[in-house]
Amino acid sequence: MSELAPAATPETPVESALPEGWELIVGLEVHVELDTATKLFCGCVNRFGVDPNTNVCPTCLGLPGSLPVMNERAVEMAMILGRALGCQVNRSVMARKNYFYPDMPKDFQTTQYDQPTNSEGELKLADGFVVRIERAHIEEDTGKSVHVGGGGRINEAVYSLVDYNRAGVPLIEIVSKPDIRTIEHARNYVEELRAIVVATGVSDARMEEGSIRVDANVSVRRFGSSELRTRCEIKNINSLRSLGRAIEHEALRQIDLWTTGSGPQQQTRHWDEDAGRTTPGRSKEDVEDYRYFQEPDLVPLDPTSATIAAIDAAMPPLPSARRSALRAATGAGIDAARLLVERGQDGLAMAAVAAGADGAKTVTRLVNDLAVNDWSKVEAESFAALVRMESNGELSASQAKQVLGDLVERGGDPAAHADVRGFEAMDTTELESLLDQLIGENPEEWSRYCGGDEGDRKKMQGFFTGQIMKATRGQADGKVVAQLLAKRSSS
Amino acid sequence: MSAIEIAAAVSAGERSASEVVDAHLELIAQRDPELHAYNLVTAESARAEAAAIDARVSTGEVVGPLAGVPLAVKDNMCTKGVPTTCSSKILEGWRPPYDATVVTRLREAGAVSVGKTNLDEFAMGSSTEHSAFGPTRNPHDLSKVPGGSSGGSAASVAAGFTPLGIGSDTGGSIRQPAAFCGVVGMKPTYGVVSRYGLIAFASSLDQIGPFAADVADAAALFDVIAGHDPLDSTSIRDFTPSASAMLDEGVDGLRIGVVKELAGGPGGVPGLAADVLARTAEAVEVLATAGALVDEVSVPSSTLGLSAYYLVAPAEASSNLARYDGVRYGLRVDGPTTPEMTTATRTAGFGTEVKRRIMLGTYALSAGYYDAFYGKALKVRTMMLSDFARVYEDFDVLVAPTTPTTAFELGARTQDPLTMYVNDVCTIPSNLTGHPAISVPFGVGDDGMPVGVQVLAPALHDAQTFRVAAVLEAAS
Repeated sequence: MSELAPAATPETPVESALPEGWELIVGLEVHVELDTATKLFCGCVNRFGVDPNTNVCPTCLGLPGSLPVMNERAVEMAMILGRALGCQVNRSVMARKNYFYPDMPKDFQTTQYDQPTNSEGELKLADGFVVRIERAHIEEDTGKSVHVGGGGRINEAVYSLVDYNRAGVPLIEIVSKPDIRTIEHARNYVEELRAIVVATGVSDARMEEGSIRVDANVSVRRFGSSELRTRCEIKNINSLRSLGRAIEHEALRQIDLWTTGSGPQQQTRHWDEDAGRTTPGRSKEDVEDYRYFQEPDLVPLDPTSATIAAIDAAMPPLPSARRSALRAATGAGIDAARLLVERGQDGLAMAAVAAGADGAKTVTRLVNDLAVNDWSKVEAESFAALVRMESNGELSASQAKQVLGDLVERGGDPAAHADVRGFEAMDTTELESLLDQLIGENPEEWSRYCGGDEGDRKKMQGFFTGQIMKATRGQADGKVVAQLLAKRSSS
Repeated sequence: MSAIEIAAAVSAGERSASEVVDAHLELIAQRDPELHAYNLVTAESARAEAAAIDARVSTGEVVGPLAGVPLAVKDNMCTKGVPTTCSSKILEGWRPPYDATVVTRLREAGAVSVGKTNLDEFAMGSSTEHSAFGPTRNPHDLSKVPGGSSGGSAASVAAGFTPLGIGSDTGGSIRQPAAFCGVVGMKPTYGVVSRYGLIAFASSLDQIGPFAADVADAAALFDVIAGHDPLDSTSIRDFTPSASAMLDEGVDGLRIGVVKELAGGPGGVPGLAADVLARTAEAVEVLATAGALVDEVSVPSSTLGLSAYYLVAPAEASSNLARYDGVRYGLRVDGPTTPEMTTATRTAGFGTEVKRRIMLGTYALSAGYYDAFYGKALKVRTMMLSDFARVYEDFDVLVAPTTPTTAFELGARTQDPLTMYVNDVCTIPSNLTGHPAISVPFGVGDDGMPVGVQVLAPALHDAQTFRVAAVLEAAS
């Protein structure tokens, strides 16, 4: 971390919640729990949410005499994620990080130190900003302590309980360079990393379940300088919202300390979501010496170039490429593209367009009406047919929404669902005669529509549409009605 | 009766395993109170296992190559449901929920464990005096130490309590007590015997190996415990043990080197006793007479082994022994906070020598000292590997003394750790290189105590060490 971070150049617009003249410097350490079938060094099932201490064995409990055996799938996943981040994959070794903590069964963590599996990659955010990745290494998770009494702190607790189910769960820690300059980019970085993790299938990356965890290294400096000042590491950030709040609070705290005195101490701080502030943890004076050394119970990981080539060849399309493809095919905006790729609905959208559906309508329908967890029954063909029916005026927008609901629940043919629901395509001639009748019955409204200002016209369009909907029990397409009104007034 | 004879007789139904086991248990009951080779004698389960073997033999089943042979297991190997202490108060009362791989393999081969043998606490020591449960005595002279750390298993075999024993060797902990007690002890190539279930002292050096009264029994035991184990990542794949098969091949034409630095020459290791050097020279004569091509050879880095070892081993130990924190198992001494509880537990639970090594190792790995100590020791290790690799281009095996002296008096060296550490000077190189080495009794010293001669071989040539030892045994 001794390397100087590049200064923001005048060309780089920096939007900031900080006081004038201060620049934010953020580096992120993101832990991702790998979605392997078993733990990193033993055969215990890697599963969230079972009874305490039921998913344990001599190895993940660190019992005397037990030995670790490397989970090859975890190593493969680490390399996949590394390659997705443009890292070089190295010959790597595991190391022991020695410190005492009750939820760590061996009182050392098996991790990687000076020879990580992945190094020197980069993550390009959706807006094109590039954050360099220092390393992405393999390590084991710890257990979980529950401190009872004494405000939940270990040294004041009346007693503590430890659940070792999580001990030995495989993690990848992705460490960025201190390249991030705004809160928005910090959030975008985590969002994009999460999208890559999901797209490569290495983790479900659920922040609320702790399967993706973020620590932020925050410092500040005078704008235009290239120094790196004392940083603090913020832990216990549990959501993207917390990430933004924690960074902002911490940066303001540091600026205050620099302005009124000699600046902050280097330390670890905890984000307190309820209080909306960071509180001190360990400070530099009692930072532990971890006495890293190579793990003698495991052998070096030395993938062949053929293995790495095979990983590259099997790499699924990554979110940035998928967004570009989706936007090119459908004309979707950046936010819609990000959302659909995150949901994994880009494939459905592209297939629907390929089957003749209108791009804009496809995107709108998906963004607005397919925010559901399980949409596995919606097939591209039938979804495309639905969008076509809506475009043709066979279904109104609200009808299309209801039929899409049927597809989510039962799948099948949208036309059949429309039939069952009694949705019939309104013939334009039918609508025209209905409109004639309404114009006859409401001459005043009609003249306001034809001769009024823009506001009147809008209001009366609403009036006539409403009347038609009432008469057709919602089966008419609002857009078609608008077109008919416009046509009548200009003829 | 040798182990091989017992197994043959039991398998043939000529003797019952129960009879064999009872006889050995009786001997232990008579004489172990004065020797203290055992931390725990598991008479009941031994009798039950023997009876089960007899039942299988009576139905015509083939039990295994060690059918009915009584076995001593060093008390740092996990035995399911049976207390495993490492001769430390910190593990008192702990019963492992699983068996070490060697224990499983030996049971499957028909061996009957009669108990857990004493050791220097966590295998740190060369005399078995650093046991929380009191020292073991040398069966040849009760005023002398049996060596260590596997002193209990060596004494058990020397006293005839069991034909076989298993020990672990981190810096000489099998070979040195074998030499002191006048039995055969062998450290295999690192990775040949699974370490799964062996409570770690220094993981990159620890290796389990056999004790026996003669070379053939030791080879038979080696052949049972050697072989790949998927539970140990450092276990070597595709290793087929063949020690017994090669025993009678002799040494005709074998190229044997005598390591100058370990043979009392100038610039070599100091403090090697004249009687030990004389027996070693006689052993070399025997091999030459038997047709071996003998020459002197220099391995300069072998003199650096001791210092490198006493950095690498404590460094790994400081990490391996961190888990004894009072949280999950073993001793707990309460304190007002978790860190104070852990400190109180470790203060009360570990003996002086263990504490000394934890502190040494912690220091050697600390920021600012790593490069000067641990880092340098790793470099010595690399240097020794290339030195030995060069020597083994011209030689098939090497010969050296096992220990600088014969067994010393109890209490003679406990006050000065350095004089104790020097005991390992001839055995340490094989641990740092991961190579196999055997100690075979060859005559006695001026005090009438046994002398051991060591045969060293390159990695995976474990069988060679037995083959050469067999020739020395026949001549002694």
